[in-house]
Amino acid sequence: MASSKASRLGEEVWKTRMDKVNAELVVLTYGTIVAQLCKDFDSDYVEVNKQLDKMGYNIGLRLIEDYLAKSNTVRRCSNFRETAEMIAKVGFKIFLNITPTITNWTSDGKQFSLVFDENPFADFVELPDDGRAQDELWYSNILCGVLRGALEMVQMQVEAHFISDVLRGNDTTEMRISLIRYIDDELPPEDD
Amino acid sequence: MSYYFAIIGTQDNPLFEYEFGTSKQGGDGQARFNEQARHLNQFILHSSLDIVEEVQWTNGQLYLKVIDRFFTNYISCFMTGGNVKFLLLHQPTATAGGASSSRNSTSVGANPTSPQTEEAIKNFFTEVYENYVKAIMSPFYKVNMEIRSPVFRQRVAAAGRKYL
Repeated sequence: MASSKASRLGEEVWKTRMDKVNAELVVLTYGTIVAQLCKDFDSDYVEVNKQLDKMGYNIGLRLIEDYLAKSNTVRRCSNFRETAEMIAKVGFKIFLNITPTITNWTSDGKQFSLVFDENPFADFVELPDDGRAQDELWYSNILCGVLRGALEMVQMQVEAHFISDVLRGNDTTEMRISLIRYIDDELPPEDD
Repeated sequence: MSYYFAIIGTQDNPLFEYEFGTSKQGGDGQARFNEQARHLNQFILHSSLDIVEEVQWTNGQLYLKVIDRFFTNYISCFMTGGNVKFLLLHQPTATAGGASSSRNSTSVGANPTSPQTEEAIKNFFTEVYENYVKAIMSPFYKVNMEIRSPVFRQRVAAAGRKYL
């Protein structure tokens, strides 16, 4: 039930409240950023991944506010599974018009995977054929940072990383997200 | 019928080359250039660049059809909007055609300037053009850089099989 509700919400917000931009503009802009980072860091792809994650983190910290405003959600997610639903079906839907599939939950409900059937960042992209990029560069790593930043602002500390990418020749693009802890609200000491 | 296809950048620098044979009429897709003349293909192709410059402003089309001929080598040209040239050298098989010429005369390639051949080559160029645009849209590609993408090579090969 909750799942279809999230889908409907995502669909509605995407249709009515979001400004759209040309997809190729996004592809080219993001592609240029990644290519420039690769150049600036002399193809040190580990460092490029880190930088992308950091950029995403800073986007996420602010994007969550936009997300909450646009989706008009006032209620907290009751558990991490619901959070996952909202990320995939509302968050990704309204900002990128994609709905990644949620799978591979661990039994404790603290880790899941998002499988991206399509990735609007990766159209046209072929990784550099220097023999290392295929093994080291996570092209869409900015998304990990966005999730980490956004969830941190709503009291969830998570860790996110890609574990496969079609650009590398894998069958799917899969991101693994693990909940580390809920950041406790730091309440002021009660004065009786 | 053998083909030699090359993409020439804006500085007259080669970006991509691919050699193949016909897949029509039971062809196996292998190029059958004369071994002794094979290395001349590049020269013949590049020497036609002067002609390209002459004819490129005469009509508004991207596809310029057969623009040059050197003995049995015919050169067809396609210009992209960005002044990159696709050149295709096609060489009808000299000896094999004789026996069954009545059948081959209508086939693609037997008569390099026939409308059917022109149409087939046009289709080939158009498909390569589409894939070329995708290939150069990759953020890691820079203008006038050699196209190394294996995906692009496969797609050119597929287009060759399909139309030529």
